[in-house]
Amino acid sequence: MHPALSVIFFTTASGAGYGLLFLLASSCAINPASISLYEILTMLALGLLFSSAGLLSSMSHLGRPERAWRAFSQWRSSWLSREGVIASFSYLPALLLGVLMWRNDVWIAMRLCAILLAACAIATVLCTARIYSSLKTIHAWHNVYVLPAYLLFALLSGAIWNIAVRGWFSSVCSVEALIATMLLLLLSVILKLRYWRFIDTTRSASTAETATGLGRFGQVSSFERPHTEQNYLLKEMGFVLARKHAQRLRRLVLLLFAATFIVLGMLLLISTSLLSAVLATLAAITVSIGLLVERWLFFAEAKHLVTLYYDTRQR
Amino acid sequence: MTCLPQAKSGAKKLGLVIDLDICVGCHACAVACKEWNDGGDFGPLPDENKQQREPFGVWFNRVHTYDVENAATKQQMTVHFPRSCLHCETPDCVTVCPTGASYKRAEDGIVLIDEDKCIGCKLCSWACPYGAREYSEVRGVMQKCTLCVDRIYNETLAVEERQPACVLACPTHARHFGDLGDADSAVSQLVAAREGYALMPELGYQPVNRYLPPRPRRDQRNAVAKAQEEKIDLDQLPPLLRWVDKLLSR
Repeated sequence: MHPALSVIFFTTASGAGYGLLFLLASSCAINPASISLYEILTMLALGLLFSSAGLLSSMSHLGRPERAWRAFSQWRSSWLSREGVIASFSYLPALLLGVLMWRNDVWIAMRLCAILLAACAIATVLCTARIYSSLKTIHAWHNVYVLPAYLLFALLSGAIWNIAVRGWFSSVCSVEALIATMLLLLLSVILKLRYWRFIDTTRSASTAETATGLGRFGQVSSFERPHTEQNYLLKEMGFVLARKHAQRLRRLVLLLFAATFIVLGMLLLISTSLLSAVLATLAAITVSIGLLVERWLFFAEAKHLVTLYYDTRQR
Repeated sequence: MTCLPQAKSGAKKLGLVIDLDICVGCHACAVACKEWNDGGDFGPLPDENKQQREPFGVWFNRVHTYDVENAATKQQMTVHFPRSCLHCETPDCVTVCPTGASYKRAEDGIVLIDEDKCIGCKLCSWACPYGAREYSEVRGVMQKCTLCVDRIYNETLAVEERQPACVLACPTHARHFGDLGDADSAVSQLVAAREGYALMPELGYQPVNRYLPPRPRRDQRNAVAKAQEEKIDLDQLPPLLRWVDKLLSR
């Protein structure tokens, strides 16, 4: 699949944003007194900034962005529509949470708001993942790894940005939170490795033989294409560059994750607040770049069934 | 609404039957389709770089040519294969649409795009395994085969012309249009007689269009081998024929 930068940026940025909002909302719901008001407002602003930047970037993927409001209508059948509805709705509890924290009085309403925001954040990422994992036409997406990977990566990037923000407010992040984040990172790496093994060793049940129905006569190979030039299908679904560089890019992702892991480990040992803030920000940046490369590969490595009609001899 | 219409038994299922046995791969269907739809109700189908290198544009119909080789007998055949929208009964291209632009008509099963509602998110083209949908960069919307819905019900056309442009254009009559929901229709009987099949049935989209398989080819190599295997007792022949055989066997 053609890796459109707008969509890659959208899924990673909004993932980080909703991850951050989820963590903030859950800590507000559990123990609102544990975080200072300015920390909450900063995290809220950063979370909304990330998710809004992502949503705006996804708009640039559209051919007719001025009609985007129509996408709220088909939530009964379409995951993309559901994503749009929930993502837009999540601004309400997010802004309300900010206001209630500012006024610092209605604790029950504030907690309800926080629970609602946490639910919206998870649901939005879930919808994003389902947009991809529900497509039967793409073997690399239509599998059990895609949904947990989207949720885990959103939580991971949210958690590391959370540590970074806390670092700048010189509230030292707890050892437990750091270790939990490191475990989350390890879990993400394991999941990604299993995913890569899955897409390398399995293939779709459909072949050029079932696509043409000519399998009963023998092996089907393309003799002549319908057109000498590229068309939309080949440009959008027949992207080949990534598979050539897949191994190298996968190593880059692992390298960036390993670097993040080491930086998080260093944070465990450092008590200087300025240095730890700088290091935590560095970790947030490396993990975000790692996720961008990972998401690029997620698109670029995915092969669409329509390519069977053009490239009949597929691995 | 992008939810699929309730399936009713005996409902009309308009579609195409494509005979792979007699298609000669002339691309007349593809060209006639482009020509009609460029000016039809759902057009235009603008091209980019029309007169230059690398022209690029939307076509609803693409004709592939395949080589099919039997591993055991080494017998080969060339098959021309027109590919277009199959107007599936349960297509994902309709349900994934976030705006309601993509829809399946309850009255005849035709899958259409309301181009005034399409936001050009391209998700429907990702959901289609058959490559039926092509995005128009110029218009910013998705486009697809309409089964010439602006021809088949068009009362200003002569009755015999109320058929999709591709069907009318086919010089070998390899394309047939009709109601595949009606078991007694000419197309349904053709499918029954020739064992017409659906493409990628394993995905469960239940395409309406059917393809008729090529009829078995005569095996030329075996015929030659058989001729060589035949033995003649030369002694039984008159001298003149023996001399002719000698001459021809040289």
